[in-house]
Amino acid sequence: MLSTLQFLQPWEPSLAIQLLCTLAVGLYITGLVEGYRSGHREGFWKPFAFLLGVALMYFVTQTQYDYLSQYMFFIHRIQHLVLHHMGPFLIALSAPAAVLGRGVPDSMRRHAGFLRPLLLPVRIAYRILQQPVIATVLFVGLIFFWLTPSIHFDAMLSAQRYALMNWSMAVDGLLFWWLILNRAPDGLTPQLSYGRRILILAVIMPPQSILGAYIALSRQDLFDVYAVCGRAWPVSPIVDQQIGGLVTWIPASMMSVVAAVILLSFMFREHRSRRSTPMPACSPSNPISSTTPV
Amino acid sequence: MTLKRRRILISLGLCLLLAACGDGINWQTKGIAGLMPPLRFALTEDSGNPVQAKDFRGHITLMYFGYTHCPDICPTTLAKLKAAINRLPESAAQNVRVLFVTVDPKRDGLERLRAYTAAFGPQFVGLRGGDAELTQLTKRYRITYGYGKPDANGDYEVSHSSAVFVFDRSGKARLMVRDSDGVDALAADLEHLESTA
Repeated sequence: MLSTLQFLQPWEPSLAIQLLCTLAVGLYITGLVEGYRSGHREGFWKPFAFLLGVALMYFVTQTQYDYLSQYMFFIHRIQHLVLHHMGPFLIALSAPAAVLGRGVPDSMRRHAGFLRPLLLPVRIAYRILQQPVIATVLFVGLIFFWLTPSIHFDAMLSAQRYALMNWSMAVDGLLFWWLILNRAPDGLTPQLSYGRRILILAVIMPPQSILGAYIALSRQDLFDVYAVCGRAWPVSPIVDQQIGGLVTWIPASMMSVVAAVILLSFMFREHRSRRSTPMPACSPSNPISSTTPV
Repeated sequence: MTLKRRRILISLGLCLLLAACGDGINWQTKGIAGLMPPLRFALTEDSGNPVQAKDFRGHITLMYFGYTHCPDICPTTLAKLKAAINRLPESAAQNVRVLFVTVDPKRDGLERLRAYTAAFGPQFVGLRGGDAELTQLTKRYRITYGYGKPDANGDYEVSHSSAVFVFDRSGKARLMVRDSDGVDALAADLEHLESTA
């Protein structure tokens, strides 16, 4: 048996993933410390969600877990559940933009003006990808695309395509959940009404359930690449496929429900705060704010 | 809007490109040109000599991972390979090599391996390696193996790849033969590979 330390060694080390995760955590922690100094306290849950999200995504790609996901269908499905649903969901839920921004060193921020024209194509691409219809189609479409048996087969054979598959799922997951859970009033991300967001969450559920159920209930081995390449331990292909189908079916669609509940709580909270804080101009308890220009 | 449409077209084009790359030949088994790296390994031959991939340059080389205690898949697969090779013209058949790499080196000693492969024909060669060499080779071809729990007699099951990898004379990965591919399909593809590569 592998010891814990051995298990945490990457199966296929990816410098890009390691650098990106280090950068994200580094910036975030620096931003947290800066925030504490300047009075922007984040509390416990937001940093917890962000760090857990990054840690989960790192764990499923840069440890021996990745080995298991290459050689067991249901473990691969859990890997994608983390990369496309849970990890990005937690990261987006923590709304880390402000903290990450605070983490950027001042010296770098001064030079950031140079980057602006270069970032224009990225901003355009981002706006297009975040159009609600495109984002929805992309989110469900990628799941179907990579689970098309012939495409899945080649992705599991070729190291490059495997990496492309996982990157595309992770990036799309971040885009999608960022759009759904976005609470920043201004910025690049489109401001969808809560109703539309919940509609999107409802729309993505049935296709995922149908696909998951189809896989779970299929009597033939749809993804023979795992038999072809060998499984991590001896288990019947059909059992592997049934569990994999269930993972695609239930927790994946449950994420929609969880997200909808969270959106509703956002909605109520905003509603309540709008009712309980009257406009500053007619607030007798806070005369300063109405007289002092800020 | 047109920009949006163009984006969609570009991404569709990329998908097609992804699906289309390969060697453009309509194989009856699965073509894997461009998907997998060329043959490379350093193992021990069943005769006891160290052997490397380059020793098989000039031969159409088939590589299969199994173990001699294997109750069903290994013998049927090797028998299928033998049948397909026997359909080739004499000189072509003699030029094929089948590498049987054991994934159970603990039980498969060189002698046992030699006796096992010799039963299938002169083209069959048993290969054995230590943990590190075996892991390197299986990882290169994105396959794996695992051991089940030993029973009262100490016998255990081994999960392993059911695929046969086919390399051309220069060692490039060309075909993957799956369980579902029959003798006819394999013989036709081997003949095609033999006449072109």
